[in-house]
Amino acid sequence: MIRQAFRMLARDWRGGELRVLAAALVVAVASVTSVAFFADRVSRALVRDAHQLLGADLVLVSDHPWKTAISDELARRGLERADAITFISMSRAGEGDAARGQLAGVKAVSEKYPLRGKLRIAPAPNAPDAIANEGPQRGTVWIEERLITTLDAPVGSKLRLGSGTFEVAAVITLEPERSANFFNIAPRLIMNIADVQATQLVQTGSRVWYYLYAAGSGEAIAAFEAWAKLQLERGQRVENLENGRPEVRASIERAQRFLGLTALLAAILAGVAVALATRRFVERHLDGCAVMRCLGATQPRLLALYASEFLLLGIGACALGCAIGVAAQEGLAQVLGEVLRADLPPPSLLPAVQGFLVGLVLLLGFSLPPLVQLKNVPAVRVIRRESGAPKGGAIAAYAVGLATLAGLLVWQAGDVRLGAYVVGGFFAAVVGFAIVAWLGLRLVASAPLARRIGARNAALRYGLANLRRHSRGNAVQVASLALGLTAVLLLTFTRNDLVDAWRRSAPPDAPNRFLLGVQPDQLAPVRRFFSEHRIEVPDLYPMVRGRLTAVNGRKVSEADFSEERARRLVEREFNLSFTESAPAHNTISAGKWFAPDAREVSVEEGIAKTLGWSLGDELTFTVGSESFGARVTSFRKLRWDSMKVNFFVIAPPKLLAGFPASYISAFRLPPGNEKRMLELSARYPNLTVVDVGAAVRQAQGVIDQVINAVQFVFLFALGAGLLVLYSALVATEDERRREAAVMRVHGASRKQVTGSQGVEFLAMGLLAGILATIGAAAIGQLLARRVFELDLPLSPELWIAGPLAGVALLSLNAWLSARKVLRASPALILRDAV
Amino acid sequence: MDASHSNNNAVLHARGIGKTVKSGDSDLVILREIELEVMAREAVAIVGASGSGKSTLLAILAGLDTPSAGSVHIDGTDLFALDEDQRAELRGRTVGFVFQSFQLLPSLTALENVMLPLELAGRADAESEARQILARVELGERLGHYPRHLSGGEQQRVALARAFVVRPKLLLADEPTGSLDTESGDSVIELMFELNRSFGTTLVMVTHDEHLAARCARTVRLAGGKIVT
Repeated sequence: MIRQAFRMLARDWRGGELRVLAAALVVAVASVTSVAFFADRVSRALVRDAHQLLGADLVLVSDHPWKTAISDELARRGLERADAITFISMSRAGEGDAARGQLAGVKAVSEKYPLRGKLRIAPAPNAPDAIANEGPQRGTVWIEERLITTLDAPVGSKLRLGSGTFEVAAVITLEPERSANFFNIAPRLIMNIADVQATQLVQTGSRVWYYLYAAGSGEAIAAFEAWAKLQLERGQRVENLENGRPEVRASIERAQRFLGLTALLAAILAGVAVALATRRFVERHLDGCAVMRCLGATQPRLLALYASEFLLLGIGACALGCAIGVAAQEGLAQVLGEVLRADLPPPSLLPAVQGFLVGLVLLLGFSLPPLVQLKNVPAVRVIRRESGAPKGGAIAAYAVGLATLAGLLVWQAGDVRLGAYVVGGFFAAVVGFAIVAWLGLRLVASAPLARRIGARNAALRYGLANLRRHSRGNAVQVASLALGLTAVLLLTFTRNDLVDAWRRSAPPDAPNRFLLGVQPDQLAPVRRFFSEHRIEVPDLYPMVRGRLTAVNGRKVSEADFSEERARRLVEREFNLSFTESAPAHNTISAGKWFAPDAREVSVEEGIAKTLGWSLGDELTFTVGSESFGARVTSFRKLRWDSMKVNFFVIAPPKLLAGFPASYISAFRLPPGNEKRMLELSARYPNLTVVDVGAAVRQAQGVIDQVINAVQFVFLFALGAGLLVLYSALVATEDERRREAAVMRVHGASRKQVTGSQGVEFLAMGLLAGILATIGAAAIGQLLARRVFELDLPLSPELWIAGPLAGVALLSLNAWLSARKVLRASPALILRDAV
Repeated sequence: MDASHSNNNAVLHARGIGKTVKSGDSDLVILREIELEVMAREAVAIVGASGSGKSTLLAILAGLDTPSAGSVHIDGTDLFALDEDQRAELRGRTVGFVFQSFQLLPSLTALENVMLPLELAGRADAESEARQILARVELGERLGHYPRHLSGGEQQRVALARAFVVRPKLLLADEPTGSLDTESGDSVIELMFELNRSFGTTLVMVTHDEHLAARCARTVRLAGGKIVT
């Protein structure tokens, strides 16, 4: 039996009957496995690095310095301890015209850091590295290669950080907590914690995190963790292996889900291609099956033979798909290498199993229903051809395929609702396309205009008659074509539009620098600095950092909220500002702006919604050890993407007068003044000037890599879309060839044959093109609004290219098909067809 | 095996065959009261004008179509007491076919087309048997050719080789020369009768060609769905 199936496979393969089917399977499996392999490697890397991820067995994080009671307790319990402080600051190198600056992610560490995991350094970029047994010596820093390049500060050179000057002593090649650097933007600089004072960088308003690392036996750590949790103040948290770095996991999971959905699109399209290709296979094998029934093959045997043949094909195609998947995921890892910045372990076998399953489910789900029909072919067809194909149950049979696909999608998406959306949307599109195509074709064929044209030209008349006569088959073909074309348009035009729209979302005159940490006594000299250098003096907004402690007298805690964003907002310190009048770029959306001496605040409407505040609520904030209360009397609407300075809460100046404040600004630095900013930070080392442009460019670089990776997977989806197009085109080729041959036998000229087919294809191409354009535009809008949250303008290119692509594709097909028909003698075609 | 109703020497015995199909609101009678008995090694021609019901009769005799009334015994077995699949198995063992339109599988070479019935029967010697019989029909040089590269006469000779390769007791032929010119038709017919003789096969052939019918030992004439002679 298996041998016979092998022989049939070899014969059908030789006949070219199975190639599209195999190609569709290979594409589907390759696309699913490449993403699955990649995801598998990343998640195994995360597990592997879990200990190193933290740099210790337990990490305590705080936004203000740790009290000595905690560190004393560590010593008392005999646990190892290390300290670190992290903040973002401008690092500078060089003098005069050679001066350069770059924002660095500074980590100041104590001697014993890290307690777990390894820190590796090298004497120069690309030189062999070694484990560093302790942190940097005082007066020296270790920096990442990226920083060496941008600052032109090789090992041995001097580097300035705040008021301090340091010697670059080594290149960091591997950092514990490196997985935490997934998607990190600022390059790392490691310094000795004892040098922080000398930089004068840590002042009021600085964003600084204080880390306390602990290591020891499992029991001692668990006991300490339990104790420490009771001592935690607001803004402090304990990180262990379970809760550490959830944001990193979230980012990666989001990227993986996006890749997964793209792979899914490829799989669905491949499913359609499999269904179309199998249908053609079945149509071409009806006669053969009838003959085999005559020659003694029973129905179960026929089914078993064909099912085995397809299974063998499936196993071969899945194996090839997996092999391509392995190669492709290596490509993905390369493309995303900069973003991941971690060594990935080799892929495991599980994704291959998953890929095989997907491939076989796809193949059997979509090919078994038509194959089952094949076994039902009446044997009498050998004598009376008109006995035709077995009838009925096509939709019922495909229901099996659809159900399998639905299951597959839900499994892949890992989310019933999302899977249901994708499946529902996809099938709604198919059915919608088919109905519109059927109506459209009948309309074109029976319109009075068409009749008038048809009366003058026989070729047109036949073409239009064909459209009417084949309206059901043609509608299916147009729907399949539209589907394939939608995928292709979506992956070419719409995708580019989306990416462009996203990049454009920041206005060109937006501020390109943030100035942070200006102390009250520095206000006048800083303003003077700007005017002296003929740079527009920026607006400096005061900022007081305070914590929300109560609403309407009731104590607020994280536990009151279920939404992640709300919990984070409550846990963090708020940036409170004070001013007499509302900032120009804010609009009051409800209530009234406060009077100068009232105990009132104005609140951003989004945060009020998230935290459930209404006008009239009394908010209590704690700044340092003092508290104050104020009533919410207005809501403001802001544009967060304007890059201007925005505050959630603004109070009258009198209310916040007694609290320590620093000043912040966002401004546009005219080109050519970059050196001035280096001078400014050199003169006032505690100031941080953030080049937002550079930060945006760096972030863009990361996003570009992710886009590249997704595009990589898009290629598979595109391949599957093209396969659907091809399968849809060849689906009716045999029938058209026969009709054309009959026309020629009865005296039709070549022109008439090409003309009548041309009319039919033209109408179908135009319709498929328009449907696909509508589909791609609709999905594009949906993605833009729901996923990217931006406005996507209607693209004129898409509306021109879509219908044109449909027409061009079918014209080409009409030409090729006519050429085939005209080349072969009609007698031959008809004899083959008998 | 139910052989009670047939002569011991009869390979094919049809009794009281009737076939009625619905045509709109009325019934259309295609065959009525057909009685036919064909002895071993006998050659019988069924002739008649178009629409006389001869192809339907052949389909029923082969068990490809079911009658509205009557029974068919092949080699003593009641064909319509079997289900579809059992009938297919019986055909595979006992019956060979030659069709007007050859019915070769286009994706298979001449050799593979002839091997097919043996392969379906699970025979290990499929290839050597097929080679032998193709040599016998003088196509030994064209084993690897596809049907589309063979002339009509050659295609029908491949079909003959396929029909005889299983050594059938009964050969059913449906207008075997209908798609051929006179010359190729004659040579195919020569070959068919020669193979028929040498394999000792019983032949039932549907044709409208009186010359061809005359070569058979007996001619059964159909008109309006009834045997008239």
